[in-house]
Amino acid sequence: MILFWIIAVFSIASALTVILHRNPVYCALALVMALFQVALMFVALDAHLIALLQVIVYAGAIVVLFLFVIMLLSLEPDVPHPGRYGIRSVSIAVAVALGIEIGVAVVASKPGPLVAAPSDFGSTQMVAESLFTAHVLPFELTSVLLLVAMVGAVVMARRRA
Amino acid sequence: MDLIISFGTALVALLICLQVTVLLLWVERKGSALIQDRVGANRANLFGGLLPFNLGIVNTMIADPLKLLTKEDIIPAGADRFLHWLAPWVAVFPLFLTFAVVPFGDVLVIGEREINLQAVGLSGGILFVLAMLSLGVYGVIVGGWASNSRYAFLGGVRGSAQMISYEIAMGLALVSVALTYGTLDLQHIARAQGQLMWGVVPAWGIFYQPVAFVLLFIAGIAESKRAPFDLPEAESELVAGFQTEYSGSKMSMFMMSDFIEVAIVAALTTTLFFGGWQVPFLYRDGFHFPGGLTVAIPSLVVTLLQIVSFLVKLFVFCWIQILIRWSLPRLRYDQLMAFGWKTLLPVGLANVVASAVLLLLLEGWTGT
Amino acid sequence: MNPYAALLINAALCALVATVLLFLSRILGRRHASKVKYEVFETGNPPIGSLRGTRFPVKFYLTAILFIIFDIEVVFMYPWAVAYRQLGWFGLAEMGAFMAVLAVGFAYIWRVGALEWN
Repeated sequence: MILFWIIAVFSIASALTVILHRNPVYCALALVMALFQVALMFVALDAHLIALLQVIVYAGAIVVLFLFVIMLLSLEPDVPHPGRYGIRSVSIAVAVALGIEIGVAVVASKPGPLVAAPSDFGSTQMVAESLFTAHVLPFELTSVLLLVAMVGAVVMARRRA
Repeated sequence: MDLIISFGTALVALLICLQVTVLLLWVERKGSALIQDRVGANRANLFGGLLPFNLGIVNTMIADPLKLLTKEDIIPAGADRFLHWLAPWVAVFPLFLTFAVVPFGDVLVIGEREINLQAVGLSGGILFVLAMLSLGVYGVIVGGWASNSRYAFLGGVRGSAQMISYEIAMGLALVSVALTYGTLDLQHIARAQGQLMWGVVPAWGIFYQPVAFVLLFIAGIAESKRAPFDLPEAESELVAGFQTEYSGSKMSMFMMSDFIEVAIVAALTTTLFFGGWQVPFLYRDGFHFPGGLTVAIPSLVVTLLQIVSFLVKLFVFCWIQILIRWSLPRLRYDQLMAFGWKTLLPVGLANVVASAVLLLLLEGWTGT
Repeated sequence: MNPYAALLINAALCALVATVLLFLSRILGRRHASKVKYEVFETGNPPIGSLRGTRFPVKFYLTAILFIIFDIEVVFMYPWAVAYRQLGWFGLAEMGAFMAVLAVGFAYIWRVGALEWN
């Protein structure tokens, strides 16, 4: 339980840094921290495989891409715009509304009957067996998704070059 | 009590890591001297030469790090201070942590207790190693960026691009290993190599996955940006690449990360392909030779033999990497990337498919 | 003992050692501020232009994206490899289809020249 609160505090702190910091490189690094916290949450929930995959793919690959892009575009540290109060108030309002909505949904939802999880829940073996038997179709569709991403990236990059 | 044991194994793992790194520094200098037919570093001495003999290795091992650590710490003008401090830390921390999942022995039996000689018995060991290596990329990128220097920045970007390209090849090699053993736990894989093939030959991974071994070794060397893949930090080309603007202990931390990665690649190859701590024909109660001869050995001695065996194999592979560094010419950057993507990746994929098919053929139909 | 608790202990230890190492030369080394020392190294000439304006080839961006895609592919292979013996020929067929689709993509980007570096 203590672990949850520690992770929660760090997650929120990292996430706030991502949004609020001016230097984009710091934001990307804060993102790594935030994703790391998510991985820790997965560990706390016994999803060991997913925790490791989260670190490998998300924190280890995707943010690297973000950093490359940030450096590619030589993004300047953000300067607050003085005349943008209109957009800022709208975005704050939307965020607050979303927060209230999520809060209501969480409080009002009733968890289903608790089922004892099998002892190797979240282990690689279990995930694999579930993924490749019951959920084959999404798996195969993922390959098509990755193909589309590959081709799309190449096409876009070549147009730039 | 569990806590103390865990802390103890953690300490041992970290100590192995640190000692090997410092030792490698000396081995690299003397070894390269040996290969290049010269004497190498032999000037460091205690008490300004008062003693009539030179302690050689000890002096170099103490003098070198001391020299580096007492240099002034300079942060170039315009550099990002926080990131400049952060980069070497981020470069080194995941690599230290990788040693936590490397098994350096079987079990240590003290009284009633069996202590597994592995700091963290993670069931997803291989994936953990991959995760830590992925995190190691940040040290390079941030290091290059934080220096406000064009050389460093370019070196950092090229270095990180190289690292991520070869990570895929490593991942594929490790998939074939996972395929063969059906587990990701490094201690289980090390234990599984204790069996004998045809009653005589120890079932080491190299016999099951020779292609994966070559793949892992090459990709590992490329990942640690050592020659022949060291263009990002080539001393005569980009000055010191992304490490240019670092001095003192930060510089030594980057150099350490180089040697720690050598040790990690060596540790991985021994654990996955050469039996880890296994001594051929040695079981927990003694030797069982194929002819029927049995030699009973107390368990503490067995454990000691296994740890020594692990360390010896570790050094063999570190030495091979040093040998490779000083023998082969450097690859040009485009050759390097082409090799990673166009050669290693297809070979890795083909190896996985071939292993999978062979596995099913040899072990029979299990069906759905 | 929960392996993740052991991992935490390890991580704390490694973090501690790394931090100590980091600040060692600050503690042990000398500190004389001198303007020349802080100049960025550019073989003697003063640095030309700002880092911010550095043109950065698009190839790196492409490499990073392709890395993500193939990383995800490799990551899917791990659970498959561990449970392989239970999944049998059907498992091989599934992964085969997955890899085939991505192999087609790989062949395409190879042909198109996205893997070229000059």
